Amino acid sequence: MKDPNSCPAVFTPKSIAFLDNLMNRQLKQAAMNFSRIFKKRFSLPLVLTNGFRQLKMKRLNLYLPKYSLPSALADGLLTLKCSALFLLFSLTFFVLNPTHAADLKVCKTCDYKTVTSAVNAAKPHDRILVQKGYYTESNIQIKKPVQLIGVGKPVIDAKNKGGIFQVETRHVVIKGFELQNVEVSYMRDYSAIKVYEGAHVTITDNHIKNAFFGIYLQRTDSCTVSRNIVEGEARTETTSGNAIHLWYSDFIKISDNKTSGHRDGIYLEFAKRCTIKDNLSFGNIRYGLHFMFSDGNVYTHNTFRNNGAGVAVMYTRDIVMKHNTFEHNWGPAAYGLLLKDISRSTISNNRFIKNTAGIYMEGSTYLHIEKNTFQGNGWALRVLSSCSEDTFRLNNFMSNTFDVSTNANSASNYFSHNYWDKYEGYDLNKDKIGDVPYRPVSLFSLVVERVPSSIMFLRSFIVDLMDRMEKVIPSFTPEMLKDDSPVLRQYAYDHA
Amino acid sequence: MNKIIKYVLYDILRSRTIIGYTAFLFLMSFGLFNLESDPTKAVLSLLNVVLLIVPLISIIFGTIHFYNSTEFIELLVSQPINRRKIFLSEYLGVALSLAMAFVVGVGVPAMLFNPGPTSIYLVTSGVFLSFIFTSLAFLASVLTRDKAKGIGIALMLWFYFSLLYDGIVMFILFYFADYPLDNATLLLLSLNPIDLGRVLVLLNIDVSALMGYTGALYKSFFGNWVGIALAFGLMVIWVMVPLFFAQRKFVKKDL
Repeated sequence: MKDPNSCPAVFTPKSIAFLDNLMNRQLKQAAMNFSRIFKKRFSLPLVLTNGFRQLKMKRLNLYLPKYSLPSALADGLLTLKCSALFLLFSLTFFVLNPTHAADLKVCKTCDYKTVTSAVNAAKPHDRILVQKGYYTESNIQIKKPVQLIGVGKPVIDAKNKGGIFQVETRHVVIKGFELQNVEVSYMRDYSAIKVYEGAHVTITDNHIKNAFFGIYLQRTDSCTVSRNIVEGEARTETTSGNAIHLWYSDFIKISDNKTSGHRDGIYLEFAKRCTIKDNLSFGNIRYGLHFMFSDGNVYTHNTFRNNGAGVAVMYTRDIVMKHNTFEHNWGPAAYGLLLKDISRSTISNNRFIKNTAGIYMEGSTYLHIEKNTFQGNGWALRVLSSCSEDTFRLNNFMSNTFDVSTNANSASNYFSHNYWDKYEGYDLNKDKIGDVPYRPVSLFSLVVERVPSSIMFLRSFIVDLMDRMEKVIPSFTPEMLKDDSPVLRQYAYDHA
Repeated sequence: MNKIIKYVLYDILRSRTIIGYTAFLFLMSFGLFNLESDPTKAVLSLLNVVLLIVPLISIIFGTIHFYNSTEFIELLVSQPINRRKIFLSEYLGVALSLAMAFVVGVGVPAMLFNPGPTSIYLVTSGVFLSFIFTSLAFLASVLTRDKAKGIGIALMLWFYFSLLYDGIVMFILFYFADYPLDNATLLLLSLNPIDLGRVLVLLNIDVSALMGYTGALYKSFFGNWVGIALAFGLMVIWVMVPLFFAQRKFVKKDL
């Protein structure tokens, strides 16, 4: 239903209009007949009109061939009880469609030797089947709704001359290509696939190698980018682009992609209400995921691993991040997740494993950080004083060097019901909640905050002594920053 | 020389102190690995043991043993044997037995429950610390004839290296926080064998934290083979230097 791909090419606008008209008339007639005959039964006409309405909606969306269950039922009712004619008519139109869109084949021995020539010759809604082979082409402009389908992963090599596909229209499909060697430019954003002011564009199953930008969506909406592999060979930030780049694009679905070796794995700026799901972003030289001013996005089940500086998200609100994995982001300025001026968002069920800082927060307010697991991080949480009204509940903190560090004296964030593996309290009333509060900020973490070199005294005898004394009589650590109800047993979350 | 070492070893084994020490270390390591679900946490607890108890036992045992075997040493001196050989044999006998006790007591459980580079570094550091603090113990013992005074000096040395030194360095770092102190910290760390041992193990355990900020510098320094070789080289120097001075003193000393 959701995949515009599945809409067969038989439905050109002309045929649809005709069918529409005809079915409308047939349906109305049937319904009227029906209600006339069974006037006294109120429920049945209602069922019918409902079905009728649903059918009509479906048609508006041009998704006619795939009925949903209720509409199919209603349809069945109608055809059975009212009009056999209707079935006959609709069948005729399914089978004998006069305006079938053409398939254009591209290969060395076909009518079309190059993709460009096929695109130029194609009529709207045609299908271009590019056969297996090696094509040296670049800057292919697509200005009419066509489907470009690679059969057996044909290779298109731009030979470092500009980009490859440039889409400037709606309803385009690009599927199953291997795209290589896009030019690196300081003036233009050359990309393997660029969509400019398009909509409903579907980009799937492509393998992009050594591109400046991989997939670039600019001023688009309702596009789908899925199952692509984007591998770059970036060396420096200035000479590389992003694997998947969105700019002023709304309602985009990005799923099951693998991005690596670029500047940023997935980059969004002014992209609203997008869904980013099941992607893997690793080994990028700057961020695995980077977004700014992109409200209302949903990020689920993604993995961000071993990126130069982890994941950075800024100036955004109303985001949902769930079931993601942030791991092995190491370095002096690397974070599992950096939150800068993020508000009213939910970060839950994520895993933060072996990052220098699990979450680094600056100017972030009204966040719900729940049910996450922080394991083996240098700093599980670094919360700067500009953060307030954030809630940390039901998280697991395990084998982190420092659980929480802060430069704030007063605490306006709330910690409750977390599991801390360093907790040493007791539980007399056996309610599985510790009776004494846990203070996640250690004195030594404050010392390190002031004198970074002193990190080398970690786990020395004097530091242990200092921390223990501070735990007994807190005098330097923020007194209010504590978890009043630390749980004693680790939560078993299924993060996958 | 081998013969003397053999007799020293027999003597130490007969006193059963070393056997008790081995049993204590073994039970503790075994218990820690069984109690903690996460072997890394057990290694961390063991690290505390290695950094506190191993130097303490080594230095105390070394000193006491030296004073207790004064008569044996006097007997040997009356024989046509080089004084240097006597001293080195005594040292090697004590240090080897302590190191062996440590390898059996901590090394075996660690390698069984948590095989990997962390355990190797832990055991190597422990062995080096045994040698270093025995050497310091011998230095303390040749400095004075009085047993109580000697043990006092030994304890002071232990206290200095395990607690005072770090405190002083932390104070310096805090006081000069506005200056770039990364290389200075590196230098100051290498002046304390306990810190050297700790850093070598830490670079394997707390690697995520050490990758941040200045930690990256230490990681890049100690993380490659040159750095590790340098660290162990410094430890060897820490064995040699006190031993050299103690031996010189012993050779010239009027017994």
